[in-house]
Amino acid sequence: MIKVDEKGFYGRFGGAYIPEMLHPNVEELRENYESIMASQEFQDEFRGLLKDYVGRPTPLYFASRLSEKYGAKIYLKREDLCHTGAHKVNNTIGQIILAKKLGKKRIIAETGAGQHGVATATVCALMGMECTVYMGEVDIARQHPNVERMKILGATVVPATSGSKTLKDATNEAMRAWINNPVDTHYIIGSVVGPHPYPEMVARFQSVISEEIKWQLKEKEGRENPDIVIACVGGGSNAAGAFYHYYNTPEVRLVAAEAAGLGVSSGKSAATTALGTPGILHGSKTILMQTEDGQVVEPHSISAGLDYPGIGPVHAHLFDVGRGEFVAVEDKDAMAAGIELSKLEGIIPAIESAHALYALNLIEYAKDDVIVINLSGRGDKDLDTYIKWGKY
Amino acid sequence: MNRIHKLFNTKKDRVLSIYFTAGFPKLEDTLPIMEAIQEGGADIIEIGVPYSDPVADGPTIQESNMVALENGISMKKLFAQLEGFRDKIQLPVVLMGYLNPIMQYGMEAFCKKCQEVGIDGLILPDLPMQQYLDEYKELFEQYGLVNTFLISPQTSESRIREIDEHSNGFIYMVSSHSITGAKAGISEEQIAYFKRVKAMGLQNPRLIGFGISDSETFSKASEYSNGAIIGSAFIKVLKNSKDLKQDIQAYLKEVLH
Ligand SMILES: Cc1ncc(COP(=O)(O)O)c(C=O)c1O
Repeated sequence: MIKVDEKGFYGRFGGAYIPEMLHPNVEELRENYESIMASQEFQDEFRGLLKDYVGRPTPLYFASRLSEKYGAKIYLKREDLCHTGAHKVNNTIGQIILAKKLGKKRIIAETGAGQHGVATATVCALMGMECTVYMGEVDIARQHPNVERMKILGATVVPATSGSKTLKDATNEAMRAWINNPVDTHYIIGSVVGPHPYPEMVARFQSVISEEIKWQLKEKEGRENPDIVIACVGGGSNAAGAFYHYYNTPEVRLVAAEAAGLGVSSGKSAATTALGTPGILHGSKTILMQTEDGQVVEPHSISAGLDYPGIGPVHAHLFDVGRGEFVAVEDKDAMAAGIELSKLEGIIPAIESAHALYALNLIEYAKDDVIVINLSGRGDKDLDTYIKWGKY
Repeated sequence: MNRIHKLFNTKKDRVLSIYFTAGFPKLEDTLPIMEAIQEGGADIIEIGVPYSDPVADGPTIQESNMVALENGISMKKLFAQLEGFRDKIQLPVVLMGYLNPIMQYGMEAFCKKCQEVGIDGLILPDLPMQQYLDEYKELFEQYGLVNTFLISPQTSESRIREIDEHSNGFIYMVSSHSITGAKAGISEEQIAYFKRVKAMGLQNPRLIGFGISDSETFSKASEYSNGAIIGSAFIKVLKNSKDLKQDIQAYLKEVLH
């Protein structure tokens, strides 16, 4: 049974390894999130905004040319059509309503690709809340349009200049900022990472993805369960959302695509389960890339959203117990898969999502298997990377 | 008897604890710095075990961690440096570090090694009380290590009482809502918090840390507690020093005067 226990563990992963300074905030959240989320008032506002503001349900699109090429029935779950261009907004809508109910006045967030930062800045504008987003200096350079989007939306973007200057360091900075502003501030974490209850809370907000897949597939195929669900994993929020209602349906295969960067053994990779070992990062016990001495290793991926040395504890658990199949996709293969989808279906995917697409080449499946690929985001933010890559 | 207990049995006032990062500014400075701290008249030595992602630390200590790691410090190397330090150092010595490097070394192996070289206690900011009680308390006790918890202005009275109950060395009072880093002065709001905790009549001594930097802030903090901890300000002294021994002693003289 894949389920979080009351201490925040999925099997041996999870928990809340946080400095005492954060204890009151995290405890406040833990004590309240379930009752708030269960209230009718919350559900009405959350569901209402997902529908009218985000544009849900997102289509479950039968990709006929892609299906023909791969010899399977491939559906794309179109999270790329969400307002702001990725699944990230499902979570930020949920957390901003929660923050309001907790009486918070300010929002902080970390971001890698900038998608979570944009999704956070967006909901802050929507609710009239002050917003500060921490972003690694390296990511600010490679995701420049998203930086400007956040600013247009009224957010302050603070560069993280420590360590590898990417998502891990932006997360450190956001946690430090929360320690410094514990009373009026809510930290909107962007993935299923961090101390309990974040991983479970974010997964529940994202679980709308698999909730919709179930009824949409029933309409199209007459069955709720596909044979395979594929999603990319940075921290793992889009994957957790796409897997959530299938965790305990063993006949549905769950495939997680990690970023192999220049190759799993190249030293420039972000393939966490392939390279990592159990450890503690950002408040939870999980699998992470680290040296023998327990120093966190700087990851590499062409996609900023997957450039993270850990994974959410639920994914560490899926890996641990063999419930998930983890594949590692190299930069070059993800780029090729992104270009392939553009030509075959007229959809330019985010490079993160392109990792999930390429996984089709790495797994075995039967002809006519029903495969759902979670297309977590659109490629607009990645145009520069596509252009520099060329080969299209 | 554990040296931390011995210290607080005899000294209740103006206890000065000095934090520095192992392997900083140079890899082999660890022991000479400890000697200079002892000669300078401090009461407790806190050795920071470097980590790539110190979330409770401000820029000064982040940087000392990075430099120390670049210098090649590791848990193994630190323990090698600490081999035989008890020939020279009589002060209580506490290791302060994040959980992950310790987990990789192995919690039991780590505790055992601490006892072997002569460490008296641990401060692990990302080890929450419940986890400590569930998983590590017995181990720490078995190897004679005193565990220190942090409290902050946000910590509720009931939680402070619980922490007091499970502490048996001293309580580390974080002086404000903040990560480590020297700030100027101590505010009225902070003093109200110091007074509030003092009035609770806890069984454990309290040391105030974060933002303590000079004789004025040290004395002020000591008025409301049993003493204070200096970290970032001391790291700045080390960073700018041409003669560690001389500069450390001059700095401590200033703080303690
Ligand atoms: C489009 C897209 N997909 C995936 C991710 C990775 O995050 P997660 O693994 O939490 O879904 C990101 C992160 O920025 C993203 O922008």
